[in-house]
Amino acid sequence: MRFGIIVFPGTNCDADTLWVLRDVLQQPAEPVWHEDTDLSRVDAVVLPGGFSYGDYLRAGAIARFSPVMRAVSELAAAGQPVLGICNGFQVLVEAGLLPGAMMRNTGLRFVCKDVHLRVENADTRFTRACRPGQRLRLPIAHNEGAYYADPETLARMKANGQIVLRYCDAEGRVTPVANPNGSVDHIAGICNEAGNVFGLMPHPERASEPLLGSADGLLLFESLLDRARAADGMKRERVMV
Amino acid sequence: MAVARIRVKLKPTVLDAQGAQVRHALHSLGFEDVRDVRMGRYIEVELPDDADAGQQVRAMCEKLLANPVIETYEFEIAVSDQRSARS
Repeated sequence: MRFGIIVFPGTNCDADTLWVLRDVLQQPAEPVWHEDTDLSRVDAVVLPGGFSYGDYLRAGAIARFSPVMRAVSELAAAGQPVLGICNGFQVLVEAGLLPGAMMRNTGLRFVCKDVHLRVENADTRFTRACRPGQRLRLPIAHNEGAYYADPETLARMKANGQIVLRYCDAEGRVTPVANPNGSVDHIAGICNEAGNVFGLMPHPERASEPLLGSADGLLLFESLLDRARAADGMKRERVMV
Repeated sequence: MAVARIRVKLKPTVLDAQGAQVRHALHSLGFEDVRDVRMGRYIEVELPDDADAGQQVRAMCEKLLANPVIETYEFEIAVSDQRSARS
């Protein structure tokens, strides 16, 4: 699978994302500058983390109008995988490729720590290497990660299985205490109705090698590649460090 | 030239964590009767005084300056005969 990693001015997690895709997973992957309007050479797009346009106005508000985003929208409409990590998630939400909005953490602090996540939907293209209810440990680092959607949107998302990851504690329980930023319904990651666009606030690219303390993030990337295994219905279990 | 004075506010149904914090801070400063604080964004846009300036500003708000999922906006446009001090 050929990956394009979009780089906006202010993006800073592109190198880590490239490392995981190209060097750890041995997939063709290249950075794509935000002014590039042709994505015909990629099969999947990743919008990595960072501070595109300094988070000016609202995080992701300006990046969503970058020239490359038209091609990203077309790729998404064609059913190709689009993954947004942290700022990338914010860009996708601002662009309307994912529902809802992102707000300042209710604690008003930049939170930088490992969190536990529960896989609420293991049937998506991004989580099929996981078991339903599997607990993942990934780091977060954000100031504006409180996901918001109004009650009607939320109800619709729940009915469609669009809530993919929730914050939980070490025992896998989803509780307010385990929610680091005040996200509504403790939501950490969602997908669109078609299931090909996925956004999450935690950083899987920072947890893709045991050396970094957790390789749980690799499961999300591997899910995209894991077609044959998913078809067999076999899900691997990864030992958590 | 005209200046659009735009106020972007959070929808009343949306939690304003910053506003709540500022309210606490005002209380501890002795302004105990402050009931509520809501914070928004104030933006000034200078543009030519065209007949459709209002429409243009509305489009700017809808597309970029406000996030319609969580924010509302209001504005007024003041016409000025003087050039901007910066030009």
